[in-house]
Amino acid sequence: MDWLRSARHTFDLQQYVVYLGFLAIFLFFAVTLSDDGFLTTRNLSNIVLQTAPATIMAIGFVFVLSAGEIDLSFGSIVAVSALSGAVVMQDYPMVAGIAAGLGIGLAIGWFNGFLVAYLRLPSFLVTLATLGLFAGVARSMTDLRSIPVTNDAFTGFFGSGALFGIPSLILWTIGAVIVGHVIYRETRFGAHVIATGDNAAAAQVSGIKVPRIRLAVMMISGGCAGLAGLLYAGRLQAARYTLGESDLMTVIAAVIVGGTALNGGKGSIIGALVGSLLMGMLNNGLILMGLSVSDQMIVRGLIILIAVAISLRDPGR
Amino acid sequence: MTATNRDKATAPVLELKSIHKAFGGVVAVEDFSLDLHAGEIVALVGDNGAGKSTLVKMISGVHAPTSGSISLDGEAVSFADASVARAHGIEVVYQDLALADQQPVYMNMFLGRETVRGPLKLLDRKAMMRETQALVDELDVRIPSAKAVIRDLSGGQRQGVAIARATHWAKKLILLDEPTAALGVAETAKVEDIVRTLRARNIAILIISHSLDQVFRLSDRICVLRRGVQIGVRETARTDKNEIVSMITGVG
Repeated sequence: MDWLRSARHTFDLQQYVVYLGFLAIFLFFAVTLSDDGFLTTRNLSNIVLQTAPATIMAIGFVFVLSAGEIDLSFGSIVAVSALSGAVVMQDYPMVAGIAAGLGIGLAIGWFNGFLVAYLRLPSFLVTLATLGLFAGVARSMTDLRSIPVTNDAFTGFFGSGALFGIPSLILWTIGAVIVGHVIYRETRFGAHVIATGDNAAAAQVSGIKVPRIRLAVMMISGGCAGLAGLLYAGRLQAARYTLGESDLMTVIAAVIVGGTALNGGKGSIIGALVGSLLMGMLNNGLILMGLSVSDQMIVRGLIILIAVAISLRDPGR
Repeated sequence: MTATNRDKATAPVLELKSIHKAFGGVVAVEDFSLDLHAGEIVALVGDNGAGKSTLVKMISGVHAPTSGSISLDGEAVSFADASVARAHGIEVVYQDLALADQQPVYMNMFLGRETVRGPLKLLDRKAMMRETQALVDELDVRIPSAKAVIRDLSGGQRQGVAIARATHWAKKLILLDEPTAALGVAETAKVEDIVRTLRARNIAILIISHSLDQVFRLSDRICVLRRGVQIGVRETARTDKNEIVSMITGVG
């Protein structure tokens, strides 16, 4: 009976719901929107291109949630990073722009992380505050103006370019997912992140430097948001304070649907990727269906609600 | 049994000399001395607030004593924090089970000390599972598999895992802080069996327990604390519950 027992325990609905959901929604759109061009290669690749920044943010968010923290500020970090990169590249070469964008992201992540890890302020409140704070910074940085990015090397590298015929945004997505997955699943650091979110006291007495882990995950989230900002700036060939603003809901939904627990200790980078693609596909399909913006918001909100309900319905308790 | 162990001309595994601990003006432990030998189980008993947990925390490096000395194998040591005590081969099994509930048994066994392989230092899950399986088999902790998630285990199985982890890493000394407080009768018996297995492996064990029945079943010696004062140490075979109770309560 042992096998039966372990089979029952290893089958975890939360782990598969994202794949089943992805398949169901894909089939639904494939059938209902077959005349509207949903299945064209162009449309499908567009979905992946458009979700690239959200997927990168989602990877950072998996680390944060798994460690038992939350980061609500990444949307603002995206805007500040993109604007910083764009402003720097008006006078300096691409490398300086990249350094500025990523550096700002990491720095804000460090700021969040320091308050959370060493002053033990709740990450929910800290990042809610910094969400507003840096949204304001993004607006005042350029007086609400958008900054064009004319550096061709940069827009190719982060946006319109391709390598061996594969668009750079897809390469960034694949690269980030692989690196994220390996760090999350296959390294001691990843194991310590998960252990910290599962039982911080147990992690501490087991010799894991819990504050350092908390600081690190906030910096990973900031760094990912910085990279996402650069991807936006590259694709749109401009940076604007609105970048990343509407991604908070999408990214949280993608990560939760992807099987990452809201209260830590469990997560999946691959799940977050599929969740992010699912959200992108949903956006795309709802637009092709001709739904009004308000209807799109309602449907997306309902989907997120279902996702959260499944995530919080803990079968073990 | 105790006598044979103590007749060996070796230094005690753990030697506490005149340990004194005060938190601000409050004295938690005063003038505590105890030797602990390999293959010996010493029970630490006393009422709530007697200073038992404080003592365990000093031995495991969580707190530093205000004065007095701690020696391991005859060498004076001072622990900057818990990880230094661990490096010296001291392991603690906490009463609130320091396990990560959503992780598999093998990851808990190696929590904070995961085995890695290759130049990229990636987790060696297979090796960790293999070692875990061997260890739980050896200690006869009956769990479905090394891959089982802690949350799906019973209280006894969890405590078995916690003790197996301590056993895996302890080279000298295991501190058990009320290991069966949350367990049923059958599970308690199982954990006690595991503790006896550890004694047979020549590990020194200091156990805190509120159950005098358990103390008399398991221990070689009993050390009584009352309000931070060491009342006395008795050989379990040469005392009885009445004496221990009156030492704990100070009545009679």
